[in-house]
Amino acid sequence: MENVSRLKLINIEKSFPGVKALSNVNFNADKGTVHVLCGENGAGKSTLMKIINGIYQPDGGQIFINGQEVKVQNPIAARKLGISMIFQELNYIPEMTIEESLFVGNWPRNAVGNVDWSEIRKRTLELLKKENLNYSPETKLKELTVSDIQMLEILKAVSYDSDIIIMDEPTSSITNKEVEVLFDKINALRSRGKSIIYISHKMDEIFKIADRITVFRDGVVVDSRPKDEYDMETVIAQMVGRRLENNFPKQEVAIGSKVLEVKALSGEAFSDISFHLRQGEIIGFSGLMGAGRTEIMRALFGLDQYRSGEIYINGEKAAIKNVKSSIQRKMVMLSEDRRRFGIIPVRSVRENVSLTSIKKFINGGRLHAKKEIDTVNEYCKRMNVKTPSIETSIEALSGGNQQKVILAKWMVTDPDVLILDEPTRGIDVGAKYEIYKLVTELASQKKGIIMVSSELPELIGMCDRIYVVAKGRIVGELNRNEFSQENIMRYATEAVS
Amino acid sequence: MDIKKLWSEIKSKYSIFLVLAVLFVVSWIANENFMSVKNLSNISIQITVATILAFGQTILIICGMLDLSSASVLALAGVLSVSTYISTESLLLAFLVAIAASVACNIINGLMITKFKAPPFIATLAMMTMARGAALLYTNGQNIYQIGRYVKFGQGSILGVPTPIIFMLGTLVVTWYILKHTVLGRSVYAIGGNEEAANASGIDVNKVKMKAFIINGIFVGIAGVIFMSRVNGGMPNGAVGYEFKALTAAVIGGTSFTGGIGTSLGTLAGSFIVGFLDNIMVLSGVNSYLQQIVRGAIIALAVIYDIFAKTKRTKAKLGNIEAKNKV
Repeated sequence: MENVSRLKLINIEKSFPGVKALSNVNFNADKGTVHVLCGENGAGKSTLMKIINGIYQPDGGQIFINGQEVKVQNPIAARKLGISMIFQELNYIPEMTIEESLFVGNWPRNAVGNVDWSEIRKRTLELLKKENLNYSPETKLKELTVSDIQMLEILKAVSYDSDIIIMDEPTSSITNKEVEVLFDKINALRSRGKSIIYISHKMDEIFKIADRITVFRDGVVVDSRPKDEYDMETVIAQMVGRRLENNFPKQEVAIGSKVLEVKALSGEAFSDISFHLRQGEIIGFSGLMGAGRTEIMRALFGLDQYRSGEIYINGEKAAIKNVKSSIQRKMVMLSEDRRRFGIIPVRSVRENVSLTSIKKFINGGRLHAKKEIDTVNEYCKRMNVKTPSIETSIEALSGGNQQKVILAKWMVTDPDVLILDEPTRGIDVGAKYEIYKLVTELASQKKGIIMVSSELPELIGMCDRIYVVAKGRIVGELNRNEFSQENIMRYATEAVS
Repeated sequence: MDIKKLWSEIKSKYSIFLVLAVLFVVSWIANENFMSVKNLSNISIQITVATILAFGQTILIICGMLDLSSASVLALAGVLSVSTYISTESLLLAFLVAIAASVACNIINGLMITKFKAPPFIATLAMMTMARGAALLYTNGQNIYQIGRYVKFGQGSILGVPTPIIFMLGTLVVTWYILKHTVLGRSVYAIGGNEEAANASGIDVNKVKMKAFIINGIFVGIAGVIFMSRVNGGMPNGAVGYEFKALTAAVIGGTSFTGGIGTSLGTLAGSFIVGFLDNIMVLSGVNSYLQQIVRGAIIALAVIYDIFAKTKRTKAKLGNIEAKNKV
């Protein structure tokens, strides 16, 4: 029985309504190794990890731990099987102390059945000492940095005596120096025989830490080799792949004068952002998650404040203080998070559409109902919204139709600049195509369009120019003849190192 | 098929009025004294103060807030108004003082919520205690009697219609108009439905919340004048618990505490439902402690119905999606 993998996944299958998330996935994690999983956003990495951690159940396939077939029912079962996961978005309770958080849900009990706090203190001190961490057990989590909390998560995994530790993009929100500390820790765990599964798409990191690399794309394993048999170019090429070019309804549109010019815009999460947009042009903003794309757009639209810089709309300097001033300047934004920033769920399609321009329908202090209904009907028709009636509550519509309603809401304001942040996120393929068609049509009406997207094919298929953002800065500008997924990814990942 | 659809639409949109109608008929049959002009007019007058407060609450609850201080502010505005009348003998001035005092308290409520981000529950709880204290401090805990012509506000009538009912109908029309026909109304619904989305649509959320409190302030002031006038005095300890009567009427009337849903007519119906129930229980000699239990049970029922209706909506939505996926 030599060389039994600690974790072995065979032919894992998983579908979500309308999407095949994983098909025929095989994956191993061996003792004392770091196995890096890489792939673009939405390639299926997180889904696979959630299956290993018991958050999702696979539709098919087998999971073996130390040669034994297991079913991972839920995260608690996973923990018992020796699997711990450190999530990309750390969820923690700021008011908890270190010792409380280490033992939450797993409290040692005393004879009477109450929580044994002295035991907790003892074990916390032991753990901290063993792992060489210099914290007091009574420190509250809110006083710690993100990397400290990450360390604690690792500590927690160790305290459960987990043999398999999954880390989902652990360096996405920590500094370079903290990355060093993290890597030291990972090396220590490796030498103690733990199996680490490390998800990342930052090339420099991957090659620094990996023993083995597996590349994911569109829910399948493209390739899996020991690190020494890989180089950066190959990994990038495999990540982006040579997919069938989707049919994008891109049209050549006469490019007009500048509608938007941004000069040296700086804010919390970005600095020195300069770019321009012309009438009829579609420009793309690409970058890895957390690069600052959304933050730039939020500041531009007045949802957040920017610190310095200048914005010119149609050649005039515009002081964007809030959303209202942005709308007045004829710049609007479709948010990436439709449920949070887009729809008013309990209200009707009509009210959602007319939300931005209700003033237009008020005549002598009274709402002109027919005018409102006619306008809403007209825009719903133009945006091809499929709804039983405009009085239907918006939450009864599909994601794609909700998105079209939000687009209609903005079109009523007759904007010159449209910022579309992940306009096709979470909607099905058919509706995506419709959105692309609408965007093309809007461009042909001389609107300037900014498209932020994590889907490279979408940007390549739709845009006239693409700006690449990394670490809150624009690190590259590509014209149509330079477009390729490799080029974009190279800018996005190289700048990170 | 179409009739079925129509019926379900009537049921979902007008269910509260059906309940009111059924309750009316049942009361009529159950007790011979119920159906008389005098009794019905009494009920209407009795519910005016709570109903006017409830209209203010309706706007606030739709907007995702509430006002626990309304009854205390009512008392403060009421006693200030009564004493103004006694020293100036001007009904108009007395009326304006009530409105001004109440609006001032509500501006403070609004500022606590918009500027200092206090949860409405806590902010108005603080105001509830402060305003009651202020009313007691101002009157030294004593009732003010001999209010002369001040009684006209609550006990007079115009063209045979009792003044409180005129005030109630007036505030109803104002509430209805605001919610149905103004930018403010739409903004109130949008903020209660999804505050972040409302903000991202260019609505000045804080301004709308302030306006909602100012309108509530005007209503509470009016209610204060009517209340003091009806009890023939300035009573700093008056109207205790009326904020909950008002909340009850709004909730029974279909205003959703999760925000974004509610109507003025629904609240009026809710208020009448409580009024009819109280009346029929009194007429039938139901034990007064039992009456309280019934009142509480009605609130529980209304809330359960609200949640039930919501899950049904979500289920219908899921059904739609499944149907779509099949196609």
